[in-house]
Amino acid sequence: MKTFRVENHPILGKLKKGKKVKIVVDGKEMDAYEGEMIASALLAYGKRIFRYTKRYKKPRGVFCAIGRCTDCVMIVNGVPNIRTCVTPVEEGMKIETQKGLGRWR
Amino acid sequence: MSKELKFSGVISEEELKKCPGYPSEERFKKGPVAVIECIQEIPCNPCEAACPFGAIEIGEPITNSPVLDEKKCKGCGVCISSCPGLAIFTVDISYSKTEAVISFPFEYLPLPKIGEKAKAVNREGKIVTIGRILKIKKPPKNDHTPIISLAVPKKWAAEVRSIIIPQNEKERK
Amino acid sequence: MKTVEVAVIGAGPAGIAASIEAAKQGVEVVLIDENNKPGGQLFKQIHKFFGSKLHMAGIRGINIATKLLEECEKFKVKTLLNTVAFGLFEKNKIGLVNEDRKSILQAKKIILATGASENVLNFPGWTLPGVMGAGALQTMMNVNRVLPGKRILMIGSGNVGLIVSYQALQAGAEVLAIVEAASQIGGYGVHAAKIRRAGVPILTSHTVQEVFGNDCVEGAIITKLDKKWKPILGSEKKIKVDVVCLSVGLTPLTELAWMAKCEFIFIPALGGNIPMHNWNMESSKKDLYIAGDLTGIEEASTALEEGRLAGLAVAESLGYLKSKEASKRKAEVRERLIALRGGPFGELRRKLKEPFMQGDEIKK
Repeated sequence: MKTFRVENHPILGKLKKGKKVKIVVDGKEMDAYEGEMIASALLAYGKRIFRYTKRYKKPRGVFCAIGRCTDCVMIVNGVPNIRTCVTPVEEGMKIETQKGLGRWR
Repeated sequence: MSKELKFSGVISEEELKKCPGYPSEERFKKGPVAVIECIQEIPCNPCEAACPFGAIEIGEPITNSPVLDEKKCKGCGVCISSCPGLAIFTVDISYSKTEAVISFPFEYLPLPKIGEKAKAVNREGKIVTIGRILKIKKPPKNDHTPIISLAVPKKWAAEVRSIIIPQNEKERK
Repeated sequence: MKTVEVAVIGAGPAGIAASIEAAKQGVEVVLIDENNKPGGQLFKQIHKFFGSKLHMAGIRGINIATKLLEECEKFKVKTLLNTVAFGLFEKNKIGLVNEDRKSILQAKKIILATGASENVLNFPGWTLPGVMGAGALQTMMNVNRVLPGKRILMIGSGNVGLIVSYQALQAGAEVLAIVEAASQIGGYGVHAAKIRRAGVPILTSHTVQEVFGNDCVEGAIITKLDKKWKPILGSEKKIKVDVVCLSVGLTPLTELAWMAKCEFIFIPALGGNIPMHNWNMESSKKDLYIAGDLTGIEEASTALEEGRLAGLAVAESLGYLKSKEASKRKAEVRERLIALRGGPFGELRRKLKEPFMQGDEIKK
């Protein structure tokens, strides 16, 4: 399946992927690679909406990509407000689009 | 509107005439020569050290624009990949009766194939002619800066500085 | 509570260079960074650097980073990653937190090298997924090897905007345009030239009016500006894009310097409020040194040199480096900084930074 991954790069060379892991995103199983950030794994499949704001329910996604702005937070393994751009994927990780401030489960 | 480099990103004819890294008409006729299209005073001098014949001079301060010594320059092209700004080329208008050869850095994938025809572009990225890929050099010391040598009809020697980049090729197909 | 001779906060080019320089002299250095790997912005810089051989010109940022980290290891710099320095307290105490574990680190000397963060531009649609900082695009493409989209609009033509646009092309994306509100291109002509050769338009005196889309970026409307930077009615153009990148400047990350009650000065051209320092990179607070973009937005090369200066000053102050040798080495670094700040592009920075480099006293 064609993804948004940059498989071959003129300076960085061929993409060396880590071990394949399975993550569950909003109930759907997806392939990801050990060592990559949750945000990258989602963007690779073109998933760009990570959460909705509390009051006006506006969509939000990656903004700074270095863990400073918290726009990319999602619910990970039941815990809300996890910065997906600096959190690596793990086998069996459950990731959910966060609505508002999220709830602990 | 001024067409100077700092307004358009394209070096103008006047700027090229005054550019100390741009060879004279006589020198062009003698064979392959380096063309250093670098006119702003930036602290930068790797090209000076890269030339095995000492044909490029910057000196102190390192913000000086590079000066090309036409007599010393053999047009070997070693300087092309040394320039962090990708602003150095070689031009050989003596290649054949009808063609000139332009060598330029090309840091994109996929690279074209030798013998292939390629859409040659000018400094504005506009396709001006069709060229032939003669050589592609990518020695490890270039550190991922391949140098492509392209044969084009002589009249485009002063304008062609690259070929179309792969993603634009897909679009126009 | 642990005590250490020198704590460096921030493992970007300034912090790493400071650590190496101090550790070379035998100083015990602890290098702290909140990220899971050191290097700061260096690992995103896949282009060849400018400068001279001493500045490692012609070498790609990523390779400079690798070299520096090797030296860090060689000189036994202790690195604490995934560790946030959340506070600077009385008498050089640093509050650290790592995975919910808090600790206080006592340091004889502290070097702050916390860098900067990207500025933001507000316009209708600026919160839509797909609008991101240019640095964010760079991180995604060059570190995470993922493209957040295929059709990019770049806002800002400084060196960051130009270089990241070039790197977007290298990653296989299309850059529909670079818009620049000023009437001339902000960054180097050679960067702009290779972008133009690739067919990317650079539209000076243009800006983004709005970005639209159902629930993520689907397009943008750009508009021409008159000499007073006001939009010209009727000049609006709609372009189909899925990523809009903001490259509109950086602001130093000064929280810890404020906490430590350093003296600040407001210099917009250097990024806003910046902590003052002397020619040893020492702030107005004794035993607290600063280096890199924190002291004013410049480049990786100046960050490296300022870091080296701070490292040398700290080693001298702790008695590991004799005054005569220290003066000689510091003078060499200061010469290199002057060279890096040469030419018209560096002129303003040189003028603004010059008062800080006069001597031991901090001139107001």
